[in-house]
Amino acid sequence: MQYNIREESGYSVVELTGDVDLSCSPNARKAILGCISDGKHVLIDLSAVSYIDSSGVASLVEGYQTAKKGNFRFGLVGVSDAAMSVLKLARLDKVFPIHSDVAERLAEDLA
Amino acid sequence: MSHGKVCELRIPSLPNRLKIVRALVSSAAEQAGCGPEVTFEIVVAVNEACMNVMQHSYRGDEDGEIILQIFNNGRDMVVELLDYAEAVDVNSVKPRDLDDIRPGGLGTHFIREVMDGFQIGRTNDGRRNYQRMTKTIA
Repeated sequence: MQYNIREESGYSVVELTGDVDLSCSPNARKAILGCISDGKHVLIDLSAVSYIDSSGVASLVEGYQTAKKGNFRFGLVGVSDAAMSVLKLARLDKVFPIHSDVAERLAEDLA
Repeated sequence: MSHGKVCELRIPSLPNRLKIVRALVSSAAEQAGCGPEVTFEIVVAVNEACMNVMQHSYRGDEDGEIILQIFNNGRDMVVELLDYAEAVDVNSVKPRDLDDIRPGGLGTHFIREVMDGFQIGRTNDGRRNYQRMTKTIA
C-alpha cells in the first residue's frame, strides 16, 4: 500500500493505493488519525484500493469515530468495487458517508 | 473435476505474506472454475483466517508457522489452515454484533458470511489448531 495526502477545499484527502491489509493498515491508520489530530476534516480516497481487509476497515472505522468525537468531517470518496464489496460485508456501506468524488462531497456540504 | 488436494503452502506468521496467500487462493479458485465473485469471497475468508492466526493464535509473534491446504472434491473447495499455537478457546471465536460500530472484530463475521462452512478446533494429535472453510463451487 502507498498513501498520499493532499489538501483540497478544506479537507485533507488521504489517497490509499493498492492492498490495504494487515501488513500496512497501521500506516493507513497513522495517516488518517494524523490528519484528524492536526485539526483537519478528512476524506479517504479509496479509488485505487485493490483490496482491503478487516484491519484496513478497522482503520477507517477508527478514523470515522475519532473525527466524529472531535467534530471533524469524515467520509469516503471514490470507493473501488473491491473496497465496496468488503464494506458491504461489514454493513458499513450504510454507516460511512460515501461519495463518488470530492466534488460531490463538497456539494453536499454546501447544501 | 475432483482433484483432492490442490496445493499446500507454508508461510511464517508475517503479515506481508498475506498477499502471497491471496494470490495463491485466487489462482486456485479460478482454476477450479469459480467466477470473480466466488473467488473474491474465498480470498476474503482465507485472508481473514490467516489474520486470525497471526493476531490471535500467535499474538503477533512472527516466528510462527501457518500451513494452508486447499482441497477440491468436485463440489466444494475446502481451505484448511493449521497453526502450532496454543489451543484456541473455540467458544471465544464468535462474530460480533455489527450494530456495534467499532474497529476490529470483523474477521470471523466475514468468514461466516461468505463461506458455506467454517469449523475450528484442535487436530486429533493435539498439536495444532485448525480452521476449515468450505465453499460449494459446483
